[in-house]
Amino acid sequence: MRLEPKPAPSLAASILYPVGAIFGTFIIAGLLVMAAGANPISVFGLVLKGAAGSQFAILETLTRATPLIFTGLAVAVAFRAKLWNIGAEAQFYIGATVTVILGTGALPLPAFILVPLLMIAALLCGALLLAGPAWLKIRFGVDEVVTTLLLNFIVLLFVSMLLEGVLKDPMSLGWPQSAKVMTEAQLPRIITGKRLHYGFVIAVALAIALWFVMKKTVLGYEMRAVGHNAGAARFLGMPVNGIVMKTALLSGGIAALGGFSEVAGLKGNLTLDLSPGFGYTGIVVAMLAMLNPIGVVFSAIFVAGIFVGAAAMSRAAGVPSYIADVIVATSLLTMVTAIMLSRYRVRWR
Amino acid sequence: MEALEILFTASFWVAAIRIASPLIFATMGELICERAGVLNLGIEGIMTAGAFAGWFTVYLGGDLWTGVLVAALVGMTLGLLHSVLTVPLGLSQHVVGIGITMLATSLTYYFYRLALPEVTSPPKIVPFEPWAVPGLSKLPIVGEALFNQTPLTYMAFATVIVVAWALYRTPLGLAVRAVGENPSAVEAQGISVTIIRTGAVMAGSALMAIGGAFLTMSAFNSFFFNMINGRGWVCIALVVFGSWRPGKALIGAILFAAFDAYQIRLQQLSGGIVPYQIFLMLPYALSILALIVVARRATYPKALMVPYQKGER
Repeated sequence: MRLEPKPAPSLAASILYPVGAIFGTFIIAGLLVMAAGANPISVFGLVLKGAAGSQFAILETLTRATPLIFTGLAVAVAFRAKLWNIGAEAQFYIGATVTVILGTGALPLPAFILVPLLMIAALLCGALLLAGPAWLKIRFGVDEVVTTLLLNFIVLLFVSMLLEGVLKDPMSLGWPQSAKVMTEAQLPRIITGKRLHYGFVIAVALAIALWFVMKKTVLGYEMRAVGHNAGAARFLGMPVNGIVMKTALLSGGIAALGGFSEVAGLKGNLTLDLSPGFGYTGIVVAMLAMLNPIGVVFSAIFVAGIFVGAAAMSRAAGVPSYIADVIVATSLLTMVTAIMLSRYRVRWR
Repeated sequence: MEALEILFTASFWVAAIRIASPLIFATMGELICERAGVLNLGIEGIMTAGAFAGWFTVYLGGDLWTGVLVAALVGMTLGLLHSVLTVPLGLSQHVVGIGITMLATSLTYYFYRLALPEVTSPPKIVPFEPWAVPGLSKLPIVGEALFNQTPLTYMAFATVIVVAWALYRTPLGLAVRAVGENPSAVEAQGISVTIIRTGAVMAGSALMAIGGAFLTMSAFNSFFFNMINGRGWVCIALVVFGSWRPGKALIGAILFAAFDAYQIRLQQLSGGIVPYQIFLMLPYALSILALIVVARRATYPKALMVPYQKGER
C-alpha cells in the first residue's frame, strides 16, 4: 500500500475522521467494559454523569483539567518544534518543589508579590531542567526522549529524598509530605468553598497567550519552521539550535507552572502522589488538540472528564477505574491515525 | 576496603547476572526493532504486559514455559499494533511508541484489577528454579554466577547468540539490517520493506515481553504495579551504548546490572548516612552519562525513524 497526500484536505474529512477516532475509542472501551460483565451504555452514562452531571462534577472536572492544561501546553509547544519533551512529569514536580521551598515561610512577603515571585521561580527551574536535555541534544546529539524519560525517575527520587529529609513536615507523623504553603502563597478559589482555583484561569490565559505566540510572532514561526523541516530552516539561516533551546525553556517552564498551580491552588503541600502521571497524560492532551494551544484547553477538559467520570463510575458499577487510562491511551493512537487518514489517501497498489 | 571486597564475592555476581537477564532480553528486542529502522518506545509498556501475562498464565494453572510463550504472544500482538501504525501508515514513532506504552500499561492494570478485584497483596506463583549446569557450576565465582541460574537466564544469553548469528549470518538478518540502512535498495531486490520491518518489530516486542516476564517468573514470584520501573527506557539507552551490536549491548547490560547490584550493596554498607534515593538515582544517571559518552561516535542505522514509502526517494 501507498499513501498519497490529498491535494486539498476537505473540511468534512478533517472533522469526520477525528470524530470517528473518538467513536472508535469508545467502541474498544465498550468491549472492555463488556469483558467486565457490565453494560457499556449504562457505564458510559455513569462516566458522563460523574464528569458533567452536576455542578460538583463539572467543577471537579475543571479542577482536574487545570494541571493537564499546563502539561498539555508544555508538550504542544515542544512537539511543535519536534522537541520530544517526555519529561513534563519531572518539570511539573520541580515547579511544585520550588513552590514549597519558597512558599512555606522562607519569603515573608504579601501575596501580591509572593505569588508572582513563586511563579517566576517555578518557571525558571522547570526551564532549566529541560535546558539540560536540550543542550545535550544540540551539543552531542543525544536523543532527548530517553534523557527526559530517565530524568523523570531521577527527579521523583530527588523529591522523595527531600520529602523524607529537609522538606519533611515535622507534624506529619512519619508520612513523607511537606508542610503547607503560607496563605500568602496560595491561589484563591474561584468560588468560595469549592475546589476550583485561579490556576485554571492562569492556565486558560496561558493557552491564549501561547496561541498568539505560535501564530503571530517570529518565535512561533521559527518554532513551526524547525518542527516542519529543521534542515530547511537552517539553510534559510535560522539559528536552529537557539530556537530549540528557546522552545525547551518555554516548554519546561510551562510544565513547572502546572506544579506551582497544583500546590498553590489545590493541594497546599507536596507529596509523592501530587501528579498521577499528569506529564505523560499531557502528551495525549496535546496530540488530541493537534498541538493547538486553544485546543489543549478543550482536550484537557475532555481527558479530565474521563478520569473524574470513570472514578465515579467505578464506585457505582464495579468496572476498574483504569478504563479511563485505557480510553485516554487508545484515543491517542486512534487520533494520530485519524489525522493521518484525513490528510492522505491510502492506495492499495 | 569492604566496598571493594564485594566485587570478589559470588553472591554479587549472581545478583548482577540476575539483574542483567531481563535487560538482555529487552535490549535485544529493541536492537532488532532499531536495526530494522523502527524506534520502539512501546518497550516499557510491552515489558509490563509481558510481566503480567506470563505470571497470570501460571497463576491460572499453566506451566512456566506456557507462561513465557503467552508473554511472547502478547508482546508480538502489541508489536504488530506498533508496526501497523508506524510502518505502512508512517506515523511518528515517538508518539506511537509512547501511546503503546500507555495502552499496554493501562490494559495490564485494567485486566489485573478485573481478575483480582479484592486482593491487597498479589498472589504468588512458584517461579523458575535455578538449574545448576553439571560440572561448570562448580567453578569458583564464575560457576556460581553464570552456571547456577534459572533456565530463563540461560535463554537470555542464548538469545544474544541467536540474534547476533541471525543478524550477521543469515539472508533474513541482512534484509533486516538493510531496511534499517537503505530501504529502497531492499525494495529493489523484490523484498517488502513493510513485511521485514513488521516482522522485526513483532519479534523484538516478543523479546521485550519475555524480559518483563523474567521479573514475575524468575526474579520475583508476583506481579506489582510499576514493576518495570524505567527498565525499558534503560534498555533504549543500552542499545545506543552498544552501538546497535548484540555483543556490545550484552556487555553494556551486564556492566549496568553489575553497577545496579553494587549500588544496592553500597547502600547497605553506607548505613543510612547517604539518603538511599541517591543510590537509586545512580543507574538512571549512569544511563544518561553512557548516552553522552557514546553520542559522538554513535552510528545510528541510517533509516532509523524514517518511514518508508514505496516509490519515494
